[in-house]
Amino acid sequence: MAAAGAALAPGIENRLLSPPNAGRIRCSSSAVPARGALVVRGAALSEESRKNRSSALKAVAVKGEAPNLTTAKSGHEILLFDALREGLEEEMARDPTVCVIGEDVGHYGGSYKVTKGLAEKFGDLRVLDTPICENSFTGMGIGAAMTGLRTVVEGMNMGFLLLAYNQISNNAGMLHYTSGGQFKIPIVIRGPGGVGKQLGAEHSQRLESYFQSVPGLQMVACSTPYNAKGLMKAAIRSDNPVILYEHVLLYNLKERIPDEEYVLCLEEAELVRPGKDVTILTYSRMRHFVLQAAKTLVERGYDPEIIDIRSLKPFDLFTIGNSIKKTHKVLIVEECMRTGGIGASLRAAIVDNFWDFLDGRPECLSSQDVPTPYAATLEDATVVQPAQIVVKVEQMCQGLV
Amino acid sequence: MAASSLASRAVASLSPSISTGASRDDAGSSSVVGFHKRSSAFTGRRVRISSGHGSSAAHGRRSCVVAATAAPVKESPPKIADALVTREEGLELYEDMILGRCFEDMCAQMYYRSKMFGFVHLYNGQEAVSTGFVKALKKDDYICSTYRDHVHALSKGVPARQVMSELFGKATGCCRGQGGSMHMFSKEHRLLGGFAFIGEGIPVATGAAFNTKYSREVLKDLSVDAVTLAFFGDGTCNNGQFFECLNMAALWKLPIVYVVENNLWAIGMDHFRATSVPEIWKKGEAFGMPGVHVDGMDVLKVREVAKEAIARARRGDGPTLVECETYRYRGHSLADPDELRKPEQKNKYAVRDPIAAFKKYLLENGLASEADLKAIEKKIDEIVEDAVEFADASPLPPRSQLLENVFADPRGFGIGPDGKYRCEDPAFTAGTAEV
Repeated sequence: MAAAGAALAPGIENRLLSPPNAGRIRCSSSAVPARGALVVRGAALSEESRKNRSSALKAVAVKGEAPNLTTAKSGHEILLFDALREGLEEEMARDPTVCVIGEDVGHYGGSYKVTKGLAEKFGDLRVLDTPICENSFTGMGIGAAMTGLRTVVEGMNMGFLLLAYNQISNNAGMLHYTSGGQFKIPIVIRGPGGVGKQLGAEHSQRLESYFQSVPGLQMVACSTPYNAKGLMKAAIRSDNPVILYEHVLLYNLKERIPDEEYVLCLEEAELVRPGKDVTILTYSRMRHFVLQAAKTLVERGYDPEIIDIRSLKPFDLFTIGNSIKKTHKVLIVEECMRTGGIGASLRAAIVDNFWDFLDGRPECLSSQDVPTPYAATLEDATVVQPAQIVVKVEQMCQGLV
Repeated sequence: MAASSLASRAVASLSPSISTGASRDDAGSSSVVGFHKRSSAFTGRRVRISSGHGSSAAHGRRSCVVAATAAPVKESPPKIADALVTREEGLELYEDMILGRCFEDMCAQMYYRSKMFGFVHLYNGQEAVSTGFVKALKKDDYICSTYRDHVHALSKGVPARQVMSELFGKATGCCRGQGGSMHMFSKEHRLLGGFAFIGEGIPVATGAAFNTKYSREVLKDLSVDAVTLAFFGDGTCNNGQFFECLNMAALWKLPIVYVVENNLWAIGMDHFRATSVPEIWKKGEAFGMPGVHVDGMDVLKVREVAKEAIARARRGDGPTLVECETYRYRGHSLADPDELRKPEQKNKYAVRDPIAAFKKYLLENGLASEADLKAIEKKIDEIVEDAVEFADASPLPPRSQLLENVFADPRGFGIGPDGKYRCEDPAFTAGTAEV
């Protein structure tokens, strides 16, 4: 696939440098060809990066080809919250208009330590401790972004951003459109969500399902230190309003990540484990449950292909489609509720686009439509567990569903 | 306290000043409404407009000129030796208010001729606030408004053509027809919107003010000294975002002025029925900022308060809350039957028409002649007519415009099954591609 031939604005740097494990990352340039009436900014597509992208697009991952990050010799070990912090710090050092707004992000260093040390380094105005008023400080972040800053708004818990729904929907999502393209909102809204360890219903919410319909928003979910840092950087550099979903229970995940700078592609899914029997689509914490289930499945002779969709809106239908075309079976494992979750939208998209390649209906394992209970046994029952994933995959592969 | 100095300043003005905290319930005068408009016959639709308007004489022209015909009941003050404005300033203010009034009246006409649809909220009667404040700003300053934003846009410099086109939903509108009456934006003129939900613009304005502070203190760019004005109404002052932003602005001494256009009504909700402490200016003190009450029907008083509040913000002393007592002569929107407001109240404010009063001031103080003012009115007439003609002649947005501007970076539409970004598909904006 060659990029369309229109001339591009030269001189803007290629933002996406290839990391050592280049085979896993398909998107190697940040350019979009200028076309027609679209308002586009883009870097010049070099011949080299065109070839890279072209060959990467044709590649179908083979088992074992993707390098294993944790055994790489270079790089440094890091916990996920620190990887987020590293990405944020790098972007703040690189671009003085990047600032953080949120509760306890400054002197306290962030409830989950994602902004630890940043206020000392960059000052109280760049890492702004706000009073407790989510709707207003999110709106303030939007106004600042409209007028030239790149704000990162932290919700101490994603659930608190329900209070900011007015601003996130009407202003972050829609304002670029209602202003006829005059104002851009390069804001990143991030925070931990998902079901934790007995945090109670209100601290265990999955807001990705609530925000997914808002037009004009992009949503990504990180699941490992590697993609957390890469997505944080990509989200900050993006001119779109991006919601970055982190998970309360993943902050202490450890992984070895590259020392070199890298930025991931916001719209791309991650092929975690190539396989041929069934496509499992997942994101955030459920990725790790799926991997756990995969161990059992592999022992029993199954070969699941696992994709971490990462981009919750828009979906990377290319990676997903390639997989379905190979396996003809798809299972979505998510933490959202059954009703109206990411899985519901993804199933619709799969049915719309890949119906002819499916052997059976797209399956979906979601959380129960229940406010998350406090009791541990009940809480475990509201979310999908690895054992359920194993059972479902076996049923699918044996043609029992 | 700065509040009292601003409020109690003796200002020779157009009409006897209204003291703070005065009851607004008094019956007031029973004199006849002070203005009429010339307009051509409406097409068939039964028009219900507020009783503040006199009967219209059909003249066949599409223009509308507002002229005071009844003298205010109260005695006019003695002629003042030094006027508060120069001739040039006075004419500028007068022209801006006439533009606001004339444009809004034309909007009403166009609405009833089915040229624009939806919710249209007109500003008649409140011109002194927009003119008084916005004309005290510099070009780089920001303003942020609500759904009653046409006149704020015009005062800030957005061409009447662009505003009218936007109202007609044409591609040449300031927001390409994508915003409409309630979402006027202009990057060039630093108009940050145009918001349909009350209160949601206040944090945006606060963010723009934060940007000024950030530019000066973090980016060390001292050439940035933009002040932001946030306009909103009395109903908004019971909303959480109002209080949250007052708190943050005072905390960080943001260069912002919060301008309350208290016209006593939130659609059909009387301010006194909705608000436990109706004096909104008092709430500034609760957050450590000056709260000022000003007669919003008097453009010179508004301007004086505006200049001081803006200067205060610009020199870094922080925000000010200014409550402008004003009134809207029409209903909340063109769909509002306006049955709840009593004629006595409407008449009381009709005789305080800011335009009539300022015209009288200019004439009495020799700052302008009748001919000067007539020339301005004629000029504005032509501008507004030209705006309508331009909007009429402008093209509607094509279908291909639908998906543009959803994302600043159109890669946000994602990667399609063929591996390409959806926005790379030539059929994408033609409206024939599947999204």
